Amino acid sequence: MSGAAPAPRGRAWVFGDRVDTDQLAPGYAMRKPLEELAKHCLEAVRPEFARDVARGDIVVGGEGFGIGSSREQAAQALRFLGVSVVLAKSAARIFYRNAFNIGLPVMIVPEAGQIADGAQLEVDLAAGLVRDTTSGREYRGEPVPAFLLEIVADGGLIPNLHKRLHGKPAA
Amino acid sequence: MTLSEKILARASGRDQVRPGEIVTCKVDLAMMHDSGGPRRVAPYLERLGAKIWDPSKVVIASDHFVPPPDVDSAEILALTRRFAREHEIESFYDMQGICHVVLQEHAHVLPGMFAVGGDSHSPSGGAVGAFMVGIGATEMAGVLVTGEIWVRVPESWLIEWHGQLGEGLAAKDIMLFLCAKLGMSNDYKVMQYAGSAVTALSMMERLVLCNMSAELGAKTGIIAPDAWTLAALREGGHEVGDDALRWQSDAGARYERHLEFDAGALAPQVAAPHSPANSAPVAEHGGVRIDQAYIGACTGAKLSDLHMAASVLKGRKVAKGVRLLIAPASTLTTREAAADGTLATLVEAGAIMLPSGCGACAGYGAGVLADGDVCIASTARNFKGRMGSPGALVYLASPYTVAASAVRGTIGDPRDLLAMKAAA
Repeated sequence: MSGAAPAPRGRAWVFGDRVDTDQLAPGYAMRKPLEELAKHCLEAVRPEFARDVARGDIVVGGEGFGIGSSREQAAQALRFLGVSVVLAKSAARIFYRNAFNIGLPVMIVPEAGQIADGAQLEVDLAAGLVRDTTSGREYRGEPVPAFLLEIVADGGLIPNLHKRLHGKPAA
Repeated sequence: MTLSEKILARASGRDQVRPGEIVTCKVDLAMMHDSGGPRRVAPYLERLGAKIWDPSKVVIASDHFVPPPDVDSAEILALTRRFAREHEIESFYDMQGICHVVLQEHAHVLPGMFAVGGDSHSPSGGAVGAFMVGIGATEMAGVLVTGEIWVRVPESWLIEWHGQLGEGLAAKDIMLFLCAKLGMSNDYKVMQYAGSAVTALSMMERLVLCNMSAELGAKTGIIAPDAWTLAALREGGHEVGDDALRWQSDAGARYERHLEFDAGALAPQVAAPHSPANSAPVAEHGGVRIDQAYIGACTGAKLSDLHMAASVLKGRKVAKGVRLLIAPASTLTTREAAADGTLATLVEAGAIMLPSGCGACAGYGAGVLADGDVCIASTARNFKGRMGSPGALVYLASPYTVAASAVRGTIGDPRDLLAMKAAA
């Protein structure tokens, strides 16, 4: 592994079931550059999110997080805004793959529904553990496979491929 | 093994695979469009200093920003053309229609293939008995460089529809019903459709079942090839041998779930805002006043869909105060609809014809909605804000039901309008 395994920590932003890609990256903003598109991220359900989210913050979803389009901007907008990890009861498969490919980890946490909005969380991706330092509770999720952690540590699939093709991840 | 497992075993060079295994598959075909394709992957290929592994296995279709309504869109299309030229992609369809439909019209996807597409409705390829999945742009760049991708072998579900669909019913009704029945979080499953009501469907109707497997949250959908499949591929210009029919599930194949339904008992379905899973028989939403009716998208504006709409609209007019917009799924669809008189029927009824492309379905093109607008559409998704303003209300239904609602001015059942015609 070339980079350190990420250890996300930050404030929880809690959303419901089936946060879809049209909420994460609305069609009407899709021709705009990422920094503009990201301002519209989740505005249909939580207008203040893009303005108030801070670097390291954690998005918590319910079932089917990221369902809908294959548009990678759904994950990129979250990463651009500084989100360090998405925790969800389940995730749509294209979103799940896209997120890792652009360097944003996703962890499946069946008890994600018990996390309160605004809680401070610390996440151990390799162990599949979420520590809620606000409530003192701990939640067990599915450990992220090592080959996906390596892609995240490299900064995404492209730097990872660069490493495989040219021997070093910096592309 | 199931049909899907056989394809994944072949593509990963193994004798057999089991659900849950992660395997690396060689890609037989990679499809991209103008939104998620060249504009996104070109910078990655440049950074990697890599070439496309096999340009003959790549298909590009411009269908999102078409025709360009502004300079940004025109630049994206220009970049797409340059990319196709520079990378010597011969299968490039510039503004010829929606990628999933164009792919099938030109018989690019064949039974037994392992294919990927840079669009979430790529499961459409399963209509011919291929295993085709949607992927994002970065992953597409990885495929273009390596010709490979990792796949978790999914559990297969067998979904059988016995009997026959009634008059005024379509594949769209089957899928809306399943969205309500099964929900939208069936992650990592492959839905294999079978039964007399499925094999009776035309290839373009079969496409709807596989296409909207995406709305079920499934990895993909698939239908075993039969004589109709081969006939459609040959019509599309592909010399395919009868041995392509070998792509079937084994007799003892294990399915995680086996679901059976009676097609004859199905009523026209309507999905209320803002989810395909909010589907119910049309009577439950009857009388809802509409501003717009939209017949468009890969799943809802193929020739078979225009035929459905025309069968309702023939000799009738769109209700006052309602706008009926129709965007045929491809230029071939338009040509065929012009040749057989369907187009004349639609415009006589008052339909406004739009260019072929993803259009308003994805909020990109002409026909998007204002705050407070109520629309019924033959598209696949009605997520909040997808088709324009987050304050718009979008209902989903078959082309029959969309056309019937356009005539009434309110959401309603197409069957009595069709019956009236038969009696006249």
